[in-house]
Amino acid sequence: MILFDTVTKLYPNQTRPALEEASLEIEKGEFVFLVGPSGSGKSTFLRLVLREERPTAGNVWVLGKDLSRLSNWKIPALRREIGTVFQDFRLLPNKSVFENVAFALEVIGKPKAHIKKVVPEVLEVVGLEGKEERRPDELSGGEQQRVAIARAFVNRPKLLIADEPTGNLDPGTSVGIMKLLDRINRLGTTVVMSTHDAQIVDQMRRRVVELEHGHVVRDQSRGVYGYAR
Amino acid sequence: MRAQFVASEVGSGLRRNLTMTLAVIITVAVSLTLFGVSLLVRAQVDTMKDFWYDKVEVSIFLCAKGSDTPSCAGGAVTAAQRDQIEADLESLRPLVQDIYYESQEEAFARFQEQFANSPIVDSVNESALPESFRVKLADPTQYDVVASAFSGRPGIEQVNDQRQVLDKFFRLLGGLQAIALIIAVVMLVVTVLLVVNTMRVAAFSRRRETGIMRLVGASNLYIQLPFLLEAAVSAGIGAILAVGGLILTKSVVIDQILAPSFQFTAFVGWDAVVGIAPILILVGIGLSGLAAFLTLRKYLRV
Repeated sequence: MILFDTVTKLYPNQTRPALEEASLEIEKGEFVFLVGPSGSGKSTFLRLVLREERPTAGNVWVLGKDLSRLSNWKIPALRREIGTVFQDFRLLPNKSVFENVAFALEVIGKPKAHIKKVVPEVLEVVGLEGKEERRPDELSGGEQQRVAIARAFVNRPKLLIADEPTGNLDPGTSVGIMKLLDRINRLGTTVVMSTHDAQIVDQMRRRVVELEHGHVVRDQSRGVYGYAR
Repeated sequence: MRAQFVASEVGSGLRRNLTMTLAVIITVAVSLTLFGVSLLVRAQVDTMKDFWYDKVEVSIFLCAKGSDTPSCAGGAVTAAQRDQIEADLESLRPLVQDIYYESQEEAFARFQEQFANSPIVDSVNESALPESFRVKLADPTQYDVVASAFSGRPGIEQVNDQRQVLDKFFRLLGGLQAIALIIAVVMLVVTVLLVVNTMRVAAFSRRRETGIMRLVGASNLYIQLPFLLEAAVSAGIGAILAVGGLILTKSVVIDQILAPSFQFTAFVGWDAVVGIAPILILVGIGLSGLAAFLTLRKYLRV
């Protein structure tokens, strides 16, 4: 699903690489937490998976494709198979819940009939049935994140990237979001989630990959957030 | 679905950026109108050249009583000199197409006609006006051949090429055309800069949408098309206004103001306007589209 082979990423005008000779393999169907302090390379890892950046050295394979040899015009096709969720939700404020999810389908040219069918389905999966016509500012943070997850999942991607999805939410709401991500994972989507939330990681008992200064310092199945932290 | 989505994006984009859209439309209209007018002036010069070069003559003025050029030191032209000049002109055929002799009486009659309303008529008598040969050349540009053969010869006061008078006028028109063209080019540069800036603002104000589009895997074309169409639509409206300005120039300035006052010459026809209009539309849309495309490549990278 994802394979990092001694990947180094050095941003321009910086002396220390954000990621240094990192190697990691994530199998199909896994649920992986990416932990580590700020600046440890979590975001760079996710950006490399999305081909928003190219590695300085080493190879990144995602969904069977060598991203360093993927031509620019094939990037959209790759991203259609990857759902993305962020800490700041990234919803369009002037569109309703339904329109926000439909937007993701419209812009990749899906027919209207298809959109009318799948959007209500995915809104039911994330538990937002009945709130189709609300605007983002009429929703709670947790509900907004559910809209974002619905948008990421509406295409039934093989891979879901979540960059601190509970970072802006209170603990109670976070649990609901984690249950939702867990459900999506059980539906067959590989989930990679970066987080600072120790409680969630410790509760879920899934694979944990810890990054520090751009190195993979720990890789544990059924792991916890950290020792003595 | 696709077309409808793109169209609604273009519409909302144009409305959202109304002031910038208006600015683009106006600069495109002004710059293309000037560009069109400069093309029209060139067409006008060509029309006038066609019209006049058929009619221009080389005039060889013979010495009259009181001519004071050195070649007239011997007084008025003699009959022998005149016959010799005519024979030499005949020998220059076929370059010389027609030879017409104008006597002093004819010159005086023409003078009276030309200055019918002027008191100067009364102060000039027949003998002061020179007789002349009016020569029509097969190729008007070969004037030098005639000039070098006859200038300064005894009995000839002056060799005069009407074409040189016309050329001064054409140079004036050409200068006007160049000025219009320079202003047009400067305005087009301003237009390009404005389009670049408009696209930057538009890309920035919609960075949320375009960011999401990138993430969910919309193709580059799909992301950029609304912006490109916006630039093309506003430039197209400006170009259509410029074509309107050109039609107005032709129907009002040329047909109603210039043509009645200058009936002796020909003016450009509507075919010139019809020829220039598509150029304006293509230049407007092409330039604006190109500027938008190059800007978006920078600001909407995948």
